[in-house]
Amino acid sequence: MGFFSKIFQGLKKTKDAIANKLNAIFVGELNDEFYEDLEYVLISSDIGASATEEIIEEVKKVAKKQKIKTSEDLNKALRQIMANMLTIDDEEIEYPTLISFVGVNGVGKTTAIGRIANKFKKDGKSVLMIAGDTFRAAASDQLTEWSLRSKSRIVKYTEGADPGAVVYDGIKSALAKKDDVVLVDTAGRLHNKSNLMEELKKIEKIINREWEYQHKNYLVIDATTGQNALSQVKMFNECVGIDGIVLTKLDGTAKGGIVFAIAKEFGIPVKYVGVGEGVDDIEDFNAEEFVNGII
Amino acid sequence: MALFGSLSEKLNHIFSKLTNRGKLTELEVKNAMREIRIALLEADVNYMVVKKLITSISEKAVGERVLKSLTPGQQVIKIVNEELTELMGGTNSKLTIASKPPTIILMCGLQGAGKTTMCGKLAKYLTKQGKKPLLVACDIYRPAAINQLKVVGKSVNVEVYDEGTNKPAKTAVNALKYAEKKAYDVVIIDTAGRLHINEELMDELREIKKAVNPTEILLTVDSMTGQDAVTVADTFNKELDITGVILTKLDGDTRGGAALSIKDVTGKPIKFCGIGEKMDDLEPFHPDRMASRILDMGDVLTLIEKAQQNVDEELAKQQMKKLRENSFTFEDYLVQIEQMKKMGNIADILAMIPGASKLKLNAGAIDEKQIAKNKAIIQSMTKYERQNPDSIKSSQRKRIALGSGTSIQDVNALLKQFAQARDMMKQLSQNKRKGLFRMPF
Repeated sequence: MGFFSKIFQGLKKTKDAIANKLNAIFVGELNDEFYEDLEYVLISSDIGASATEEIIEEVKKVAKKQKIKTSEDLNKALRQIMANMLTIDDEEIEYPTLISFVGVNGVGKTTAIGRIANKFKKDGKSVLMIAGDTFRAAASDQLTEWSLRSKSRIVKYTEGADPGAVVYDGIKSALAKKDDVVLVDTAGRLHNKSNLMEELKKIEKIINREWEYQHKNYLVIDATTGQNALSQVKMFNECVGIDGIVLTKLDGTAKGGIVFAIAKEFGIPVKYVGVGEGVDDIEDFNAEEFVNGII
Repeated sequence: MALFGSLSEKLNHIFSKLTNRGKLTELEVKNAMREIRIALLEADVNYMVVKKLITSISEKAVGERVLKSLTPGQQVIKIVNEELTELMGGTNSKLTIASKPPTIILMCGLQGAGKTTMCGKLAKYLTKQGKKPLLVACDIYRPAAINQLKVVGKSVNVEVYDEGTNKPAKTAVNALKYAEKKAYDVVIIDTAGRLHINEELMDELREIKKAVNPTEILLTVDSMTGQDAVTVADTFNKELDITGVILTKLDGDTRGGAALSIKDVTGKPIKFCGIGEKMDDLEPFHPDRMASRILDMGDVLTLIEKAQQNVDEELAKQQMKKLRENSFTFEDYLVQIEQMKKMGNIADILAMIPGASKLKLNAGAIDEKQIAKNKAIIQSMTKYERQNPDSIKSSQRKRIALGSGTSIQDVNALLKQFAQARDMMKQLSQNKRKGLFRMPF
């Protein structure tokens, strides 16, 4: 099942008042009422006041230029504008590659790693997971479970161990076994806790020192997150540099519109979207399909 | 949030050109409402709730007399603040304790909201109140979830009851029997995180509810949740008829507008909030303080309360006097550090100060380690040096650096900071005399 159909299925479950309203807005003349409805739809998906304003301004401009009179005709132009906002050039994966997953507590980092590992395994790559979350109770047990499900290798320490040491040993192991993909789990941390962010910096330093190949940091964001995601991106980006976003929990009713604001403010691309509970429920990001999930 | 600056700043800007202090006119209110609307949306208050709020606030604000002590901007914020507080229920709502024990608390929520950790915090909170709680592990889906609860239970010294991956409703019933036998008076049931639209899992919750008839059904919500908070809370409430809400991760820098939306849509009170990583980090929820937070006005009340709990009042008075007289020394500074420590994490305290975000005093800039370092430096000074910071010459600085295990740069930085702080205090106290320095309200 493709990403779109899965998202759509997720949305279908709640194609309630809001969803119906979405379809209903592309009817009739382009007037203030239409734009107000559009604003409601966009803000309700957490796109945020400022990015919403930008989209609407852009739509108005296009409508004027192309002499669009009805909202039906505007539908396509709007989708195009929104998809363009999310289309950001990015370099391809070169093996061997190492990806660190960072983020605040409870966004689904460990689960995302399990599924991404599974995806790489399906492509015939060898995967090593590093259990860098030595803080949360039973986090490495959880990752071990995912390593079994995805048949990946795992390097882990006991709880309370120094995450830097686990990462160091993990990298050494990956280099020795010549793994294609190394996925590093880190403890969830609120971005405004400076001591925890320092710890992350230390891990980053170790990776940069010990790993000479491609290295990416992905920030995992829960689709239900509101405008605070911007603060998360800002702080994590300042701390270790963020190369991509993993948007999780899109199978609920939240639309994850905050990625528009993230694209606008920081120009960071979305890499993966989590669309369900199963081991296969993670997909490569596709801007057009994502926009279709919102309007 | 620092990215957008504080609302009070924006409003003060709008009203800065106004000199009259009569009544608020329609036009002024309209302009202000535009900013307030954006601020509320950026704080993740639900679109529909914002719309409703703006209408009712506008009605109240037009024609309102501007109080003598406030600027028009402050006056509008005051009205908004009162309205938000009222919407969130006015006062703190307490946990219901069953007249005949055990009190049964059923925890529910989305994945990653922080249920398991919150179970531990609640258990500790209740233990402190003299209760004897039992934790029950009913999350049979997430890998290692039961294990996590066991670790949490161990850290708060509370027993955890589990039956592996047995049916949650059955486990809950058996746990209840076990609790009665062992004279536990509170039973806290941890359940799996689930999507509100997952029929099967919502059925499971309903089954547990039917089987044990909980005293409290508490929905755990991540305070960073956006517009969807309304849908989530509304669905859980309709399916389970929840009795209250717990907001988690409020120690982040989220404004937490979700709180407002949830209360508005469910009518159920928010009872607690999670404010840190430690098991002690649980606080009763206060609507008035949350309102200030949503409006980015800081949380002066919590600050004052914390200070009252932990700070020696006489000592504080003495220090204020010294500050005013500009006779503040390193010794006083040391005392202050100790007192601050008693109040808890400095970043948390700073976050409560109004306009702290405006001053870009974000937590990143305030380093606990730095403070420890400063303490070491001061402790390496002689008594005379502490009282007369200006007398410290370069050879003394070298000795202090050596003694405290820091560098001369560190010592210099601290001395400079101290001098600046003293100058600032001097200015502040002068302003105060001239009446320029005023607390927000």
